[in-house]
Amino acid sequence: MADPRPLSYRTAVLEALFGEMRRDDSVILMGEDIGAAGGVFKQTEGLFAEFGAERVIDTPISESGAFGIAVGAAMTGQRPVFEVMFGDFITLVMDQLVNQAAKISYMSGGQFKVPLVVRTAVGVGSNLGPQHSQSLHAWLTHIPGLKVVMPSTPADAKGLMAAAIRDDGPVAFFEDRMLYNVRSDVPEEDYVVPIGAAEVKRAGKDITLIATGRMVQTALAAAELLASEEISAEVVDPRTLVPLDVATLVDSVKKTSRAVVVDGGYRQYGITGEIAATVTEHAFDWLDAPVTRLAAADVPIPFSKTLEPLTLPGAERLTREAAALVRGKK
Amino acid sequence: MTALDRRTSLSIFQRMLMIRHFEEAVIELFKQGRFVSHYHIYIGQEATGGAVLEALGENDLICTTHRNHGHIIGRGCDPNRAMAEILGRATGFNGGRGGTLHISDPAHGFLSTSAVVGGCSGLATGAAYGLKVRRQPHVAVGFFGDGALEEGLVIESFNIAALWKLPVVYVCENNSAGAAGPQQGGYPTAITATDSFTRLPAAYGIHCVKVDGTDMNAVHGAATDAVHRCRNGDGPVFIEAFTVRWPGSSPLWPELATATDLPSAWDATRIAGPHADWLRGHDPLLRAARELVAAGHATADELLARDKDARVRIAAATKFAIDSPMPRPETVGDHVFA
Repeated sequence: MADPRPLSYRTAVLEALFGEMRRDDSVILMGEDIGAAGGVFKQTEGLFAEFGAERVIDTPISESGAFGIAVGAAMTGQRPVFEVMFGDFITLVMDQLVNQAAKISYMSGGQFKVPLVVRTAVGVGSNLGPQHSQSLHAWLTHIPGLKVVMPSTPADAKGLMAAAIRDDGPVAFFEDRMLYNVRSDVPEEDYVVPIGAAEVKRAGKDITLIATGRMVQTALAAAELLASEEISAEVVDPRTLVPLDVATLVDSVKKTSRAVVVDGGYRQYGITGEIAATVTEHAFDWLDAPVTRLAAADVPIPFSKTLEPLTLPGAERLTREAAALVRGKK
Repeated sequence: MTALDRRTSLSIFQRMLMIRHFEEAVIELFKQGRFVSHYHIYIGQEATGGAVLEALGENDLICTTHRNHGHIIGRGCDPNRAMAEILGRATGFNGGRGGTLHISDPAHGFLSTSAVVGGCSGLATGAAYGLKVRRQPHVAVGFFGDGALEEGLVIESFNIAALWKLPVVYVCENNSAGAAGPQQGGYPTAITATDSFTRLPAAYGIHCVKVDGTDMNAVHGAATDAVHRCRNGDGPVFIEAFTVRWPGSSPLWPELATATDLPSAWDATRIAGPHADWLRGHDPLLRAARELVAAGHATADELLARDKDARVRIAAATKFAIDSPMPRPETVGDHVFA
């Protein structure tokens, strides 16, 4: 087995795409400017040269129409990976995703499958303004029949993309564009990270920080700061939002008796509320404090450099929140 | 257009008969309270469905819209399982999870019924894309009503299908003539700004045909040509089939038409009641029966014998559905994920 090498998150996902397209001819890519252009974030670079226009397909700016076509193609034998250029534009494929892709297995009584991946880039921090900065992953977690993954590291991104492509149902794959240049070790061989498996990213005993996507980095930074205050924080990454690995989250909280949930999407009716409620239901008798949560502010993400950062929780704020819980000031 | 041969025209008529009696049975089951839902009846459009489905091969793929029973039965899918699905039974095509609005049957290439108006256009176009990349010589057909032309997805599908020369036949069943509201020749003026739907796909270079949807000859000719063009790699085709709306499907007509009386095809004096004009002028089944006899393809007695057989077959489907078990409660979560 080859040693892991440091790869960027972008390259790690790309490695999974190359690998899956080589091992299975039915895998195709669809999206805007993903072909010869290689993607607006260089996230599909090189695929067109190897697999050609028949498998790396530039669509018109018709997200709804093109995604409907991806669903129909998936029902009849292809495995499309459909790229929505910005996570905000997921709204344009919602009908096909919610009313077709997510329900076809169920409403056909299991006779048809829709093996497709919808991948999209989200995340506050690129000064892109209100229509290009949202993290709308919580929308999709509300729909039975959709699996939703949100990898936080290059290695997880590679393994989860492979798992998503091999899954027989629709999987939404959320990448934070601010992670694209993050580098860490990625195994060279073929592997999958199972969908539905959380991972403890840092062990600790005083408090659990449950963090998703880019917020895992924020939580790890907070854990460092907390350590300097003699507080031992455990960082748990669900990695998959649906189906949620409740057991791993709850086991951690039973051990630490406290938890903060951190997510980059909006707070209202969002991921943090769902996870906080789930953990509380399962670990109420072990808790020494209410489970609290940090998320994007409930405002359209502003453009200006002085305003945009205010919408997202940072490591300092998370550290204060966690320390207050541990010291009983909550 | 050459007239249809005996075998083909009788085969279309058989599909139409089965559809008609199936739909009459559905109406009766609803009246009896055997199922509770809203449902959509295909009566009046049988010549379109029957003739298009006659023109397809066994490996061709089909997606349809909420007015789907005719396409399911016309395709030759098992009426027992179709009726069972409408009654929400475990033995239905979809185990009772889809109901009238979502019947599908992979064994007959019947991919999906989308109850979101226009939704099937994307799926049919995608199925055609799959056929093209796999280099399979089949076609995909998407049936939808005239209302679907109000949906953006349909227009997007036209563009991509034309751009990629996909083997897809869009069959727009325009049943708006006779529907409520001000209209001009089947184009409701309060809803659409166009006076001809074919202008829309034609703008993308899609080959378009308009046919009388109650004329099985004309529909079969158009469908056969469309399928040939698709198999030939010439790209998508749009067929607009006009029918005059069956009075029973309009909320302004609370009375449903009485059960079909086939002999009235030859004996107009048997036609009476509030829907007499429709039965005389626009009922595709009576028209087909009349034409089959006139062309010498069948005697009246032969058609009446077929009519009787179809009634018996549908009665058996009804009994099968009523006698079938409901889905077991513990299966409610089955198939959420593939």
